[in-house]
Formats: sequence, C-alpha cells, structure tokens
Amino acid sequence: MNRSRLIRFRHGACLPLTDLPRLDFATFRESLFEEVATHARVASFFGHPTDEGLDLYAILVHDWQGELALLRTQVTGSFTSLTPNCPQLHLFERELAEQYGVRPEGHPWLKPVRFHTPWIDAADIWGRDPRQHPIPGDMDFYRVEGEEVHEVAVGPVHAGVIEPGHFRFQCHGEEVMHLEISLGFQHRGIEQMLIGGPHPAGIYQLEAAAGDTTIGHTIAYSQVLESLADCEAPLRAYAIRAIALELERLANHVGDIGALAGDVGFLPTASFCGRLRGDYLNLTADLCGSRFGRGLIRPNGVLFDLNTTEVEKMLQRLAVLEPETRGAIELCFDSPSVLARFEGTGPISTDDAEALGLVGVAARACGLIRDARLHHPFGPWEEGFNTPVIETNGDVSARGNVRRREIYASHQLLRDALKRLPPGPVSAPLAPLAADSLAVSLCEGWRGEVVHAAITDKAGKIARYKIVDPSFHNWSGLALVLRGRQISDFPLCNKSFNLSYCGFDL
Amino acid sequence: MLSIIRERLRQGHRTGKYPKEEPQLPERFRGLPQLTRDLSPQACAAAVAGCPFAALSNNDDTLQINLGRCLFCADCPAAEQGALTFSNDYRLATRKHEDLLLGDEVYRLTDRLNKRMRKLFGRSLKLRQVSAGGCNACEADLNVLGTLGFDLGRFGIQFVASPRHADGIMVTGPVSENMKSALLDTYAAVPEPKLVIASGACAIGGGPFRDSPEVNNGIGDLLPVDLFIPGCPPHPYTALDGLLRLLGRL
Ligand code: SF4
Repeated sequence: MNRSRLIRFRHGACLPLTDLPRLDFATFRESLFEEVATHARVASFFGHPTDEGLDLYAILVHDWQGELALLRTQVTGSFTSLTPNCPQLHLFERELAEQYGVRPEGHPWLKPVRFHTPWIDAADIWGRDPRQHPIPGDMDFYRVEGEEVHEVAVGPVHAGVIEPGHFRFQCHGEEVMHLEISLGFQHRGIEQMLIGGPHPAGIYQLEAAAGDTTIGHTIAYSQVLESLADCEAPLRAYAIRAIALELERLANHVGDIGALAGDVGFLPTASFCGRLRGDYLNLTADLCGSRFGRGLIRPNGVLFDLNTTEVEKMLQRLAVLEPETRGAIELCFDSPSVLARFEGTGPISTDDAEALGLVGVAARACGLIRDARLHHPFGPWEEGFNTPVIETNGDVSARGNVRRREIYASHQLLRDALKRLPPGPVSAPLAPLAADSLAVSLCEGWRGEVVHAAITDKAGKIARYKIVDPSFHNWSGLALVLRGRQISDFPLCNKSFNLSYCGFDL
Repeated sequence: MLSIIRERLRQGHRTGKYPKEEPQLPERFRGLPQLTRDLSPQACAAAVAGCPFAALSNNDDTLQINLGRCLFCADCPAAEQGALTFSNDYRLATRKHEDLLLGDEVYRLTDRLNKRMRKLFGRSLKLRQVSAGGCNACEADLNVLGTLGFDLGRFGIQFVASPRHADGIMVTGPVSENMKSALLDTYAAVPEPKLVIASGACAIGGGPFRDSPEVNNGIGDLLPVDLFIPGCPPHPYTALDGLLRLLGRL
C-alpha cells in the first residue's frame, strides 16, 4: 500500500527535488520498515537542512531488481529513532545527531561518530562546549563491571604504519565480551568542503577521501556529477575506469592476503604478496603516473588513454604476474597450519551481517550476494560482470577466500577489458549541473560499495554531498566478530576486514 | 616444505639494486617540475590563478612553485598553459621550508645531518610513523619500503611500534584537529635528540585539505621539521632518497 509513496529509480538518474514527496514521519518510518522487510537495505541515510527543518533522505537498495528507492521526510529537534527496528541505521542516526543537533529518541547507543561541532547553528545534543573542538574519543564507552573484568584500550596511535582509531575491549581473562570502536581521528571535513562545488579541488579531495580507494571514490563522484549534468562519459572512458577499478582491487586484495599470511606467521606468502601488490600498483602508475590512480578519473571521462602498444605491454605484464600471484596465494591456502588458524576464527552469521547492513567482501563472505558490479552496473558495464564470488562461513577463512577468488576473477575481467577496449575518445565536456536535483551513484570498490549522493541548490551548485564508504557499514561487523573470542584473535580478524579509517571519518 | 622452496625459486630474488642502480619509474610518473623561463607577466598570472592549491606564486615576475603544496596533478592548468612541465625525476626531498620553493634555479635537495646526528643515526635510524589525517596512500607507500623490493632494513632504517624506541617521527596527513594532541604526545614521548619528517603534501602544508577548519595545514607550525618529502603521495623512492641523503648515505 505504501509502495506508491516510494520513488523508484536506477542509479544514474537525476531526480528533480520537486518530484520527491515529503512524507510525514510516521509514513516514512512505516514505508522504510516495510521496504527493509522485503529485502531492501539502506545504502545511505542523510540530512539536508532547509528553512523549515531537517530533510531526511533514505536511499534504499533492492539489489536483485537493480533498483534504488528513495524516501524523504522532515524533522525538527527530535524524532523517534528507527534503529531499534532497523539496526543498520544506527551509525547514520548518530551521524545526524552529531551533524545537525537532532535527537533520535530511543536510540540505544547515541554517541558521537566523528567528534566535530554541529554543522549548523544548533545545540550539541551531548552538551559539549560549542566554543571548543570536541575531544576525540570523549564519550561513554560500554563497560562491563565485575571483579575479574578488565578493560584494554588501544590507540589512537597503533603499533604499525597504519591510520589511527581507538579500540576498547571489555575482557574476562583472554575472552573479549565486548569491543567498542571509536573513530573520527582522521576527520578532515570533506563533505563540508564539497559544498558550493563542484570546485576545482573537489576531485582531489575525493581522490584522498580513502587513499587506497581512489578509483572507487572518484568513479562514484564522477558518476554523480554526470547524472546531475545528464551527460554520459564515452564508452572507452568507462572501459578504462573498469580496468583501473580491477587493478585497484588486485593490488589491495593481494596485499590483504599477504597481510593475513603475515599475521599467522606464514612469511613466504606475506613477502611474495607484499612485492606483488607493488607490481599491481605499478600497473596503475603505468596507466596514469600514480600508483594510487591519482589523476586518472575525472567527471565525464578519464585523463589517460592506452594505445595498442600500452595495452599489449599491460597484457604481457599480467601474463607474468598472474601465475606468480596464484603461486604465492595457493601456497598459503594449501597450508594446513594456516587454514587451521583461519577457519572458524571471527565468524559472523548471515543474519547478523544482514541486520548490520554489511557490504562488499565482508558481506559476500557471509553468503550475501552484494556486488554493485552485478546489481548496479553503470552505463555500458551492464554486460560486463556476471560472476560474484560468494563464500558462506563468514569467518576469516571465508573473507580470505572471497579475496583469493576475486583476484582470479579480476585477472579475467582485466584481460577481457583490455582486449575489448572500445574505440573513441576518453573524455567529453561536462554540462552544468541540473538545479534543485538529487543523484545517487554506487561503485563496487575493492572493500565494497561506495555510495555517493548529491543534492544541488537552485543555482546548480552542490548543496549537500554525502559519502558512504563501505567501511562505514562494516566496522560494526568487526566489533561483533570479536564477541566471545580471544583478544589475541583481534589482529587477524582486523586484517580480514581491513577497513578504512579515513573513509569512515571523511 | 618442498612446495615452499619451489615457489621461492619461482618468485626469485626481488630486492632492487638501488642505490647502485637508478630505479625505473613509469613513463607517466610526474616528478620534479621544470618551470618555463621568461614567461610573460600575463602567462605567469594565469598560471598562478589556475592552481587550486596555491602552489604557484609570482616572485618578481618569475613563476615560483612550492613543492610542498604541489600535488603533481595530471591536469595541472599551469602545465596545460605551458608554464611548467613535469620531469621524471623522483628526487624531491629537502631540508628547509625555503628550499621547497623552486624558481628558475636548481632545486636544492636535502643535505646531510650534522656530524653528531649522523654518528647517532647514520647506521641505525628507528622511526615511529604517525598518521594524522592521512588518507592511507602515504602510509601504504611507506609500508612498501619494508617489502622485498626496497628492503628498508638493509639501510638500517626501520619503523618501530613505540615512540620510546624511536629516533624520530614520520608524520603523514594534514594533522586533523582530532589527531593534534596524539601527534604532540607521540613526539614528546620520543627521547632526544629526535627527528621530525613530514611525508606528503598533506603533512607539509595540508595538501588537498588545506584550509579546512578540521585540519591544521600540516605540521608546519607545530613541530620543527627536519625533512620534507613532497608528493601526493610521495613515491617510495622519493622517501627513500630523502632518508638516505639525510643520513649522508647517498
Ligand atoms: S600540479 Fe596541481 S598543485 Fe601543482 S601547480 Fe599544478 S595545479 Fe597546482
């Protein structure tokens, strides 16, 4: 019955804001629950302040229909939290509270997310001093009381060359009863910087939103702008984007398998993969001069082309790298001692994964078929992908195996894409953005789906830009798998997720 | 066991010959810029206006580039206008803030530490890395220095877990407000004498996030910097070259 209130669209569509009904909150809430009960999941949920109140936008995804659905409502001051019925919203609601000073009443876990002052002139709902920058990690951590309970706090600065974050374990002996993760240390204010754009610096900020997912985020950004400008990038540009996306996946997945092997002390694979990862990064550098894909993707095209000799060279490099990669990886997955450590460690059930709204590698390791390359391909990629990789155990071994098999699948995808590069130009001019409109785009980065949404104002400038990195959904998955596990399993579980701090913190 | 040995033979010996042999960088790699000489004042002004990161300035009608701010963009408007070109030279690290500014003179690479510091750190340098808002590209390409191809350990340089075991800190990221105090605490925990290295455009001057109210535009005014490594992110060889020069090993 409520279905008619939904706006259904495919990504790539540009929706005029005037076409979007503003539902009253009760209808909004009921429709959202109804959708989620019929296999939709929440890809993005964000606010946009207006003179009358805070507009809330829920972007729901029906993967198998390849469809998105949008719900909009308006709130002022406070609203009934949706989290108790729909746990995958828990961080989105905390984020709204922090950004706009609205209170989701009845939220079971209402704490700051990134530790910044409210974005609009509103009172901080935690009563923190508005004249001072909030102190990161300053919140009520969940605590287990008891004589034999102890607390382990780690970070923000960690032992390795990695990004900062704070982890708190409630332990009984070696057993973790609860892990709470508090991030925000990497917050640079990206979404705020994009307002009023597209600015010349915008694409560079997106390139560094999560520096290991430069290609994923810049594709998502470019697609949003292309949708709003009602332009399509040339076919050849799509193909080069797809090549870059798979190279990024290869470099990171190979690196992750090396890191997993290193964590259980299996050094041959760790060192071989460390080197191979660099070789894939170098292929990206051959394409665009930067190992991380900086400077390649731009709205409405790409900046670098590949001529026949370059394609040939890349194919030859791949022909060498492929058997070396397989050799390095199979060595580890053939080792009983490694498997004994991977199997059964850090499992998460399909139901929990679904409730938390996990995406990407972590979701596919729990039997959830969620892959934007399959469900939400863009433009000409539509015939390009039909082999999502699924594992069902939901443990470290499953997350490792998803990566292992995706590496092999990416080799195939890359070879095909290189051999079938369509002719033509690689970029076209971008028209001005449509005024008062909204567009959403999804791109399957190596960790999972990257979701960008933008709303323009009446001058066609960006009025709200919302970024959801896959890590935003998946950090809660990591916290959950530690429950009831040995604290010494943490590093291995953490590597098996390998989530982004800055992608979360923005 | 046999399969491990077999695979080891196939994978071969991979550590590069650097510094005995120059590294092979990709053809499209954008390294040390070369400014076009004798630009007209209009061309100079157009180039300065075109850079979104304020990396270019007009110094008495000659163009000047601040390598600490430059992101080595593939679509640099100044390069498109012919005001500069990127060479393949990866050597960019320098000691002083002023030396990051390049006009028509030769770029001044970092010089070595003084004798006492070289005696202390020349053969063994332990660094604590602190990411302060870094996007994980700088971090990843520092991590890479530990892999087979570079094998940082053979130069006696190593990243360590505790600041107490370190001879200095290597900072990446624009120094987010939320990491400022953790960065200063880490610095304070390193025993004297100590080094501070700013790696990447963000750590040097804020990079693409310059002037966001949530960042500090790099470590510039927070800590005394001993080595600047430009790039977004710097190529691993840029970082390695800088470290070895600083230690007087090149
Ligand atoms: S490369 Fe980028 S940062 Fe450097 S001068 Fe050109 S536009 Fe400015």
